[in-house]
Amino acid sequence: MLLGDEAIAQAGIDAGMSGIYAYPGTPSTEITEYVIHSREAKAKGIRAGWSANEKTAMEAALGMSYAGKRAMVCMKHVGLNVAADAFVNAAITGANGGLIVVAADDPSMHSSQNEQDSRFFGKFAMMPIMEPSSQQEAYDMVHEAFDLSEKFRIPVLMRITTRLAHSRAGVQPRAKREQNPVQIPSDPRQFILLPANARRNYKKLLANQVSFESDAGASAFNQYIDGEDTSRGIIACGLAYNYLMENFPSRVVGHPVLKIGQYPVPPALIHRIYEQCDSLLVLEDGYPIMEELIRGYLNLGKPIHGRLDGSIPRDGELDPNNVGAALGIHHQEGRPVPSLVVPRPPSLCKGCPHIYSYQSLNDALNTYSKGRVFSDIGCYTLGALQPFDAINTCVDMGASITMAKGAADAGFRPAVAVIGDSTFTHSGITGLIDAVNDRSPITVLILDNGTTAMTGGQDSMATGRIEAICEGCGVEKDHIHVINPIQKYHEENMAIMKREIEYEGVSVIIPRRECLVTVASRIRSQKTENTEA
Amino acid sequence: MKKDIILAGVGGQGILSIAATIGMAAVRKGLYMKQAEVHGMSQRGGDVQSNLRLSDEPIASDLIPRGGVDLILSVEPMEALRYLPMLSPNGWLITNTAPHINIPNYPDLEALKEEIAHQPRHVMLDADQIARDMEARRSANIIMLGAASPFLCLEPQELEASIAQIFQRKGQEVVDQNIAAFRKGREIALEQEGMQDI
Repeated sequence: MLLGDEAIAQAGIDAGMSGIYAYPGTPSTEITEYVIHSREAKAKGIRAGWSANEKTAMEAALGMSYAGKRAMVCMKHVGLNVAADAFVNAAITGANGGLIVVAADDPSMHSSQNEQDSRFFGKFAMMPIMEPSSQQEAYDMVHEAFDLSEKFRIPVLMRITTRLAHSRAGVQPRAKREQNPVQIPSDPRQFILLPANARRNYKKLLANQVSFESDAGASAFNQYIDGEDTSRGIIACGLAYNYLMENFPSRVVGHPVLKIGQYPVPPALIHRIYEQCDSLLVLEDGYPIMEELIRGYLNLGKPIHGRLDGSIPRDGELDPNNVGAALGIHHQEGRPVPSLVVPRPPSLCKGCPHIYSYQSLNDALNTYSKGRVFSDIGCYTLGALQPFDAINTCVDMGASITMAKGAADAGFRPAVAVIGDSTFTHSGITGLIDAVNDRSPITVLILDNGTTAMTGGQDSMATGRIEAICEGCGVEKDHIHVINPIQKYHEENMAIMKREIEYEGVSVIIPRRECLVTVASRIRSQKTENTEA
Repeated sequence: MKKDIILAGVGGQGILSIAATIGMAAVRKGLYMKQAEVHGMSQRGGDVQSNLRLSDEPIASDLIPRGGVDLILSVEPMEALRYLPMLSPNGWLITNTAPHINIPNYPDLEALKEEIAHQPRHVMLDADQIARDMEARRSANIIMLGAASPFLCLEPQELEASIAQIFQRKGQEVVDQNIAAFRKGREIALEQEGMQDI
């Protein structure tokens, strides 16, 4: 029984992958974690580990592909924004060894700040895309995607969503294959994107689109299932196919169905169902991409139903009920939630170091007006909730430092940034350099719990080197402080914060205490080791 | 045959161990299974649930249709009620009555119990208290698994074998303790009113 994420990881191991690169991000984290903990991967010498951010991960995977070996890079959907420069240009260089980019989307925003659809990015970069409907397909597609990547020398985007990533089912493995030997590209200019080469590569990419389409047309992942009732045809992308079938216990839909798992979808497939049916219903998790393409800007053809005409809600993930409703099949829901049931939002763990950092910061800022704390992405974002109410922004990885700087530049002083150690390494360092260069009067709190806590405690990339990095960026040594965020040092910590908040330049305060969850799991694994020994 | 189950609780209460135990027994029996979990932000003390589906035929969706759930198994009383819209008219609600209070506006416990008692098919037990009485504080979730076991279309021996397998690493004492907890939960559920209907 494997999670969708684990099926992708095991498939990579079985399909002769030589390395996997990633920055943790829900719902993609478990792919890389699985390979890191796999004894088989270790025995095969597969490189597995965390990178500073998604861009460095993407570039490292591209480098491994350049050297002729198969590589995988994994990220959450918003991580693809960070990796976008490398990702889009990797379509222009093309691949050498097979290269798969896994982007895990989060429709309904279970653990994210938006529900962007990575298929848009794939189409933008003009790469083939695979979108599995089941854990088994996720496993099989990794094998096929490596083949496709090596056949056309192109990276392949694999798009999954939270439900597939975090759902378990049985998976049948395929025969294992060997890793590639090191072999650099036969064309020495392939990876040198000087304009002259880039223009040539780009023409090749454009010319290859037809081949990508015909490959998708012949793919078993795209299936045309006939049905007698042609009043409506149904196009179901990825996981949407399961929600469709759930509404037909006999597994017979009765209408023609086009199941899509590989893009770009050849127009001939769409044409066939369009010609055969009086209307179409398009089911896709995420954005209405296929729906918009088929409908066209003017919507002058046959009726096309989906998210754009309200047959399916415009936002949020698909489920058996909203897909059923679009088909005119209504499920009788159970009793309503009784009014005494109240929301239970996530909260910081009891004794979490962030609690004490926020208590001191709140007290240090109590003589100023509200709205001064620019924060970032991690467990500490929960400081937005009661009883702390301690932060005023959370936008994207690293935005705390740069937004505080911008506000300070606007004359809003003092401005404070709150960022975690892992997020700082991911995207905070460059912003700190900007602030130092402008001598922007900001105070940066780097909450250092020694781990990437929110995603389950993966290694943080600069543990033990945070002060040195800040100093190296040009922050004055006298204005870098390490404090222990604990109740008994509250007064002392608050005084340091107060003093640095008043300082007319860049100051950094590092509240440092290990994440309690990491401590507990370390003690647990030590115990287990002792028992096993 | 199909069983669609919602496992409910609060992050850190061990619903994924319950899911793993049931899953292991189901797979051994040759059933199809799908299980959707919650990872990430909600795990930090927020409400969490898992959709667990067992069937002797292939399963389409990872999510159970709302209104189609056969069994809500909750390790916390307020969380049990959160998923009522998912429950089918003939479904069972099986819950621990020991509250996990980590929010300031937690509702009155007696009112919660009354609401649970209003549900046509329910089983209530204070698994935390039973676990304390058995001096097996960490086994409340396994007591709840025992209480749900008459509804699972899996033999108790199959579930006990899974428990043994899952806790094996922690030693025989922990295995025995959890099997005793499982049996106690099952026994209490079977004694409750209305159980002759199942």
